[in-house]
Amino acid sequence: MESQADIHTVMMIFQDFVFYGLAAILLFAGVRVITARNPVHAALFLVLAFFTAAGIWLLLEAEFLAIALVLVYVGAVMVLFLFVVMMLDINLDKLREGFWKALPVALPIGILMAAEMVMILGSKHFSSEMITAPAPRPAGYSNTAELGRQLYTDYLLPFELASVVLLVAIVAAIALTLRERKDSKFIDPAEQVRVKRADRVRIISMPAEKELPPVTEAVAEKK
Amino acid sequence: MMETLQNLLGPAWPVVWTLVKIIAIVLPLMGGVAYLTLAERKVIGFMQVRIGPNRVGYYGLLQPLADGIKLLMKEIIIPSAANRTLFLLGPVLAIAPALAAWAVVPFDLTLVLADIDAGLLYILAMTSVAVYGVIIAGWASNSKYAFLGSLRSAAQIVSYEIAMGFALVGVLMSANSLNLGKIVLAQSGGILQWYWLPLFPLFIVYFISAVAETNRAPFDVAEGESEIVAGFHVEYSGMAFAVFFLAEYANMFLVAALAALMFLGGWLSPVAFLPDGIWWLIIKVFALLFIFLWFRATFPRYRYDQIMRLGWKVFIPVTLVWILFVGGMMQTRWAYLFH
Repeated sequence: MESQADIHTVMMIFQDFVFYGLAAILLFAGVRVITARNPVHAALFLVLAFFTAAGIWLLLEAEFLAIALVLVYVGAVMVLFLFVVMMLDINLDKLREGFWKALPVALPIGILMAAEMVMILGSKHFSSEMITAPAPRPAGYSNTAELGRQLYTDYLLPFELASVVLLVAIVAAIALTLRERKDSKFIDPAEQVRVKRADRVRIISMPAEKELPPVTEAVAEKK
Repeated sequence: MMETLQNLLGPAWPVVWTLVKIIAIVLPLMGGVAYLTLAERKVIGFMQVRIGPNRVGYYGLLQPLADGIKLLMKEIIIPSAANRTLFLLGPVLAIAPALAAWAVVPFDLTLVLADIDAGLLYILAMTSVAVYGVIIAGWASNSKYAFLGSLRSAAQIVSYEIAMGFALVGVLMSANSLNLGKIVLAQSGGILQWYWLPLFPLFIVYFISAVAETNRAPFDVAEGESEIVAGFHVEYSGMAFAVFFLAEYANMFLVAALAALMFLGGWLSPVAFLPDGIWWLIIKVFALLFIFLWFRATFPRYRYDQIMRLGWKVFIPVTLVWILFVGGMMQTRWAYLFH
């Protein structure tokens, strides 16, 4: 029994260790996103930030959200982001030109925001006494199934509404950028499939041998 | 013996035991990868009425070893204008997800490293991360061919991932679980109970998307050696190149194993009078891998716009319609066919 308790303490310490490790990486990656000089590096640090955030969510037993974060943001959104950023030729020095001019305005605003966040998050409403740690779930508990049940029962209407809004946004985005170019060349696959041999090839029937003209006297004499 | 070890190591035991299990998965996988390269050359050789490698060892059986040693001895050249860190990170990011995904693959009823409930999601996440190796390698090389290869790869993988994900949605609708072991168990009862039958269009879409996802012929435009030299790995030499090579074949093993688990009943036996076991999974994986090689020997490379058309305009609608069909049928009295 004693070794059981031992293992439990070791696990708790290990969890703390993992959390602080992930949190440190997350903060570092977040800072590097805005300080990296190269936009591709910044995008890759954002990928790292998403990954570590997913790790922290896993510690909270929210495995569906954690994996969905990796799947959607790392696997799709950031790939497209990188796709665009890699092709841009951004001159960062030009972007940073106004830094010192904007600093007197930006610094107080930044300090104010930071102070507000410290005041809210540091207040007693967010202290660990107010929010008790959730009880650990039993082994058979499926985060994914529970989330699905919530979405399709209690929150059905907001969920459907959000999906309709997203659909409208997709259609609008495509409609805004769709321009029919008159001079673009494209192939219609249906037409390609429909094509028959007779449309492309004409077979001419002709004799394999040609009759030679009669041998004239002059040619015969030469021989 | 296990208990003495357990007592000896104390709290470190779970870590050591997990490491042993990881090695037990990765070592056979790497051996399989090495011999898959030989099998590919032999199979394609026979299909083209050639002999294939037959000089190193009996029947060419030591060829993969010779290739490995040759690549190890070669110098890794880093282009002077390359982004050094990312250039070296590229191959690592290519192979890491291909190996990490094996953590949740069940080989048998109990033979699985991590029996997690969100296994299918985890697999999808890992395969979607695999594209970073190619993208980063292409960009960091600072070469136009490599860059074109990585752009092609990014667009292709993002497109085919959607079709692949939708195909798997059908599987989890039928199996009612994201756990790969439970998905296999839901297919028990012989070859006609496996999901390839009720989900046949999804099986075809999944398999072809898997070929595209692994950058294999006829979807190998990221490499496209006849158009852009060797695509994303044109600047890589020696072991750095070999790691990309290993990653491609490890990914082939992975997607073949996933297709076998989700549509062909995993370790289950096709007929009732034969016992279930890991050998069935191995047979199915190798049969699917043979089809991969067969594709490469048969089809010419797709044109880029044809790939995009196939992904967006054919596969995604097919999967959507079939998911709707399966969902509808589940409400009728034929629901048992789709479970």
